Amino acid sequence: MRKTFALTGGVHPPENKLQSLQLGIGELPLPDTVVIPLQQHIGAPAKPLVNIGDAVLKGQKIAEPGGFVSAAVHASTSGHVSAIGHHPVPHPSGMTQLCITISCDGKDEWIEHSGIENYVTAEPTLLLERIRDAGIVGMGGAGFPSAVKLATDRAIDTLIINGTECEPYITADDVLMQAHADEVIAGVRVLAHILGNPETVLIGVEDNKPEAFEALQTALLNAQQDGTQLPNIEIVDFPTRYPSGGEKQLIQILTGKEVPSGSLPAELGIVCQNIGTCRAIYRAVAFGEPLISRITTVVGEACDTQRNYYTLIGTPVSHVLNHSGFHTDKCHRLVMGGPMMGFTLNDTSVPVVKTTNCLLAATEKELPTPPPAQACIRCGMCAEACPASLLPQQLLWYAQSQNHEKLEAHNLFDCIECGACSYVCPSNIPLVQYYRAAKGEINQHRKDAVKSERARQRFEFQQERKEKVEAEKAAKKEERRLAAQKAKAKAGTNEGKADDLIQAAMARVASKKAEETPEQQRAKLERLLNSAENRLKVAEEKLAVQEESGTSEQQEQAKAKVEAARLKLADARKKLAELDSDAASNTQNNTAQTTEKVQTAENEGSAAPAATPPVAPQLTPEQQQSKLERLASSAEKRLKSAEEKLQAAESEGSAEDLAKLKDSVEKCRGKLQEAQQKLTVFLSGATASAKPATEQTSAAPTPAAPIPAAPQLTPEQERSKLERLAASAEKRLKAAEEKLLTAKDNGSEEEQQAAQEKCDAARKKQQDAATKLKEFNAQTTVDGN
Amino acid sequence: MALLRITSPHAHGPQSTSRVMQTVLLATIPGLIALSWHFGWGSAINIVIASLTALGCEAAIMRLRGRPVMFYLKDCSALVTAVLLGLALPPLAPWWIVVTGTAFAIVIAKQLYGGMGFNPFNPAMIGYVVLLISFPVQMTTWPAPQALLPEATGLPNLWQSLQIVFPFLSAETIDAYTAATPLDVLKHNKALLIDQLYATEPVFVAGQYAGAGWEWVNIAFLLGGAFLLYQRIFTWHAPISMLAALFIASALFYDGGSSSSLGSPQFHLFSGATMLGAFFIVTDPVSSTVSNLGRIIYGASIGILVFIIRGWGSYPDAVAFAVLLMNFAAPLIDNYTLPRTYGHQKRRKATEKPDAD
Repeated sequence: MRKTFALTGGVHPPENKLQSLQLGIGELPLPDTVVIPLQQHIGAPAKPLVNIGDAVLKGQKIAEPGGFVSAAVHASTSGHVSAIGHHPVPHPSGMTQLCITISCDGKDEWIEHSGIENYVTAEPTLLLERIRDAGIVGMGGAGFPSAVKLATDRAIDTLIINGTECEPYITADDVLMQAHADEVIAGVRVLAHILGNPETVLIGVEDNKPEAFEALQTALLNAQQDGTQLPNIEIVDFPTRYPSGGEKQLIQILTGKEVPSGSLPAELGIVCQNIGTCRAIYRAVAFGEPLISRITTVVGEACDTQRNYYTLIGTPVSHVLNHSGFHTDKCHRLVMGGPMMGFTLNDTSVPVVKTTNCLLAATEKELPTPPPAQACIRCGMCAEACPASLLPQQLLWYAQSQNHEKLEAHNLFDCIECGACSYVCPSNIPLVQYYRAAKGEINQHRKDAVKSERARQRFEFQQERKEKVEAEKAAKKEERRLAAQKAKAKAGTNEGKADDLIQAAMARVASKKAEETPEQQRAKLERLLNSAENRLKVAEEKLAVQEESGTSEQQEQAKAKVEAARLKLADARKKLAELDSDAASNTQNNTAQTTEKVQTAENEGSAAPAATPPVAPQLTPEQQQSKLERLASSAEKRLKSAEEKLQAAESEGSAEDLAKLKDSVEKCRGKLQEAQQKLTVFLSGATASAKPATEQTSAAPTPAAPIPAAPQLTPEQERSKLERLAASAEKRLKAAEEKLLTAKDNGSEEEQQAAQEKCDAARKKQQDAATKLKEFNAQTTVDGN
Repeated sequence: MALLRITSPHAHGPQSTSRVMQTVLLATIPGLIALSWHFGWGSAINIVIASLTALGCEAAIMRLRGRPVMFYLKDCSALVTAVLLGLALPPLAPWWIVVTGTAFAIVIAKQLYGGMGFNPFNPAMIGYVVLLISFPVQMTTWPAPQALLPEATGLPNLWQSLQIVFPFLSAETIDAYTAATPLDVLKHNKALLIDQLYATEPVFVAGQYAGAGWEWVNIAFLLGGAFLLYQRIFTWHAPISMLAALFIASALFYDGGSSSSLGSPQFHLFSGATMLGAFFIVTDPVSSTVSNLGRIIYGASIGILVFIIRGWGSYPDAVAFAVLLMNFAAPLIDNYTLPRTYGHQKRRKATEKPDAD
């Protein structure tokens, strides 16, 4: 006999197992429809493989695993898919979930299926594949996919088969062990083979199931006598005490080891499987049957027949209950699972799922409405009952005050929610409910904390980046300052040069200034003035702040800054004023120049009659004229010589010669006449063309005249500009006066002085502008006359 | 179908708070019988007066707080306070002593802190200490045990007792026989060896270990305590560690029974309110520590404090003071005595920050 260890804490509620053990396992008639949820396990929901209207056979895979931790789902009978949609599922919240509804055809026709031959020697991976394909999940309650659990990479030295069934009322595993002990033993062989034949294989059964224990012993003996190779299987019974069927608790009872908090039994080299799962694995491996049916206990005074049934997965609870003589009026609480950890149903249309081990239709007498909770008197009965050695009374206290730190320090998350504390609580406090709520809250807080931590990191990174940029800026500034200091020091040793440099720079500035138009200069100066004003303002504000809170040193600095800003401002103003007066005198000069120029142009115009060449555009009129004159004079000369020759011939020459000479004289005379005519024509033409040009020039009035001198501005524009200037000066004066008034009312002496200065400057400007405008007006009047 | 929807567990054990309280009341019966046998009707009268006062005060406060009165009266917690105080007070104490103490215990020490489950101090002991400080004469006057009384007189009968408790019931004053308690005798002994004291003092002569009457009263309370332990109303940790600590301390300071001896271990275990304290006061769950280790520390500390106050303090008995002092310390002890949870290498501290894990 193997030594067992005592369960820590625990309770012994009335077992209530006999009611459902009076009859063997029953068969239920086929329901009209089966509703198969896509998630009957821990992990991702399965993905449907069928469409509405598809004909399906019993055992056909209708949904495949939706992830690694997931399980396939199969049709539990033949028929056709009538709906794929949300349907109420067994869940404490009463929620709906995606389900495949199959209208049964009543034939219950199996799909072709076969087992693995020599499954005891087959590759474990092949067996695992088959288990995964068969959609087998932990049937004890949690529904963890078995293939995932068995595919551990740890070395397993202990396999534990859980036949404890510690919850009151439930007998599904008990009858299974009694009726199918041989299949259980065969399943154990498969499991041991998959896990690499662990040294120890234990089947744990509570001592309130002697028939089951006997049946297992017999099956084991038979198997051994058959000569089948078996692992070293031990069937262990131990005292009945709730919750010894919890995985962690059973490990403690059978091995004395504790599963470390937050880890899995595999870390201890232990794998635990439920007895029902064990059989399902055998059926899947040996016969290729997927998990489409299970044994479910139907119990409770509200049912006439209390027994176990082979139930198809997806059978509506109402169908099961109706076949058990269910009395709606008698039923007070309908529980899926046991009275300790089961959850209530409020809708009998929900289906039986892979983890449905019990339907408890309890009357008011069986499970009375709990009386109102009283105050906790810290009696400590809960702590005595707690299988995890927690202090439920302290957990309650901190759960009520939402003290999450204390809850975690008191190991709230090691609570397995077995309900032993609530069961013994004399004050009827629903302790487990508080813990569930607190766990939910803490999990939410953890999620939120992760989120806010991320946000904080982002923010800090941003701050760091900003600071870095600032530091770089400061470093650059410092560098520049040092460079300037160095340069200054250098300049100190070579003052003459520096003076020269300054002179040169000033000259450059002056020449640059000379290059700039007055408008540009003005705009520049105005900008300067503006910025100087702004700086003064900022400096004054800073001073005010420093006067309030700064050290005396800082105050001094601020004062010096204000003074500097003020000086700059005054400088800028002065420059602007200078420019303005310059501009005024320039305007006068320009006007005078313009008048002169106009006159010159007039003279020029009248003194250039030949200026327009009508015939030969390539020659100037003068050239043409001189050419014609030369032509005429040469013709005259020729005529003269011809006449002289004629006279000589008349006196001594022949008649023939005389005639010849007369001809040439006539010719020369003709030529001369022609030349003279041409010249006359030319001269008359030149006069005629020269005349309009002169008229044009002289007719141009004064307005057009100043253009060459001041090309951009007409006198009107000039005047409007001056007027604008005057207006703005007036405005500024007004503003300055207002400021002065406010300063006098509540400003410091310095401020008053500054305002006074500003006001004076503005007044001066305004007067300047007014004078200028007057002068200009006078000028233009003179010009106009 | 109107099905009840609540979370698990759906089954509930048979235990209830009022049943726990009733069991405690039941367990006081041997003690009450012993007290009545040796000291007369006084304790029973005390209990009746205290119970009526307690129920009245509880009802009044519940009324004021706008709570269902019967629901709270039915939990019997006020009754337990009243009975324990009634047992602790000197028999035949004037009625107003009992009323004052009980009212203070219920109204101030219990209800002002939030009622059942929220009082940091044991209400009965608060009532007791308030009376001891305010009315030391009445509180230190114990009637003589039957064994010391002259054969002819005997204990006062019920009517006489009532006349003593309620002086307005009779025209003339009835005097009860009073005697120094064994603890008083030992405290004031400066000259005699313990053996001589046991041989000469009538209270010791008439008794075995701890004085006539007193040792039987303590044995009776021990029986009641054993019953409660058997009923699993509380665990052994606090009472046994208190008795063990008292035993060890008195053994260490027994001094071989010299004239300056503080008394033998048997004497300390069976005199005064030792057993009443150990099984009915120290085990008060509300004001004590929660874990088993915490209860051991708590109980042992009370045992030691009882011995210190008895030996060197100025009050004859010490259970009330010792319990109240440790009530103060209980939350502190709780912080450092969490049990080792399943799957953890060692016990944690309640003051740990969650990320320290």
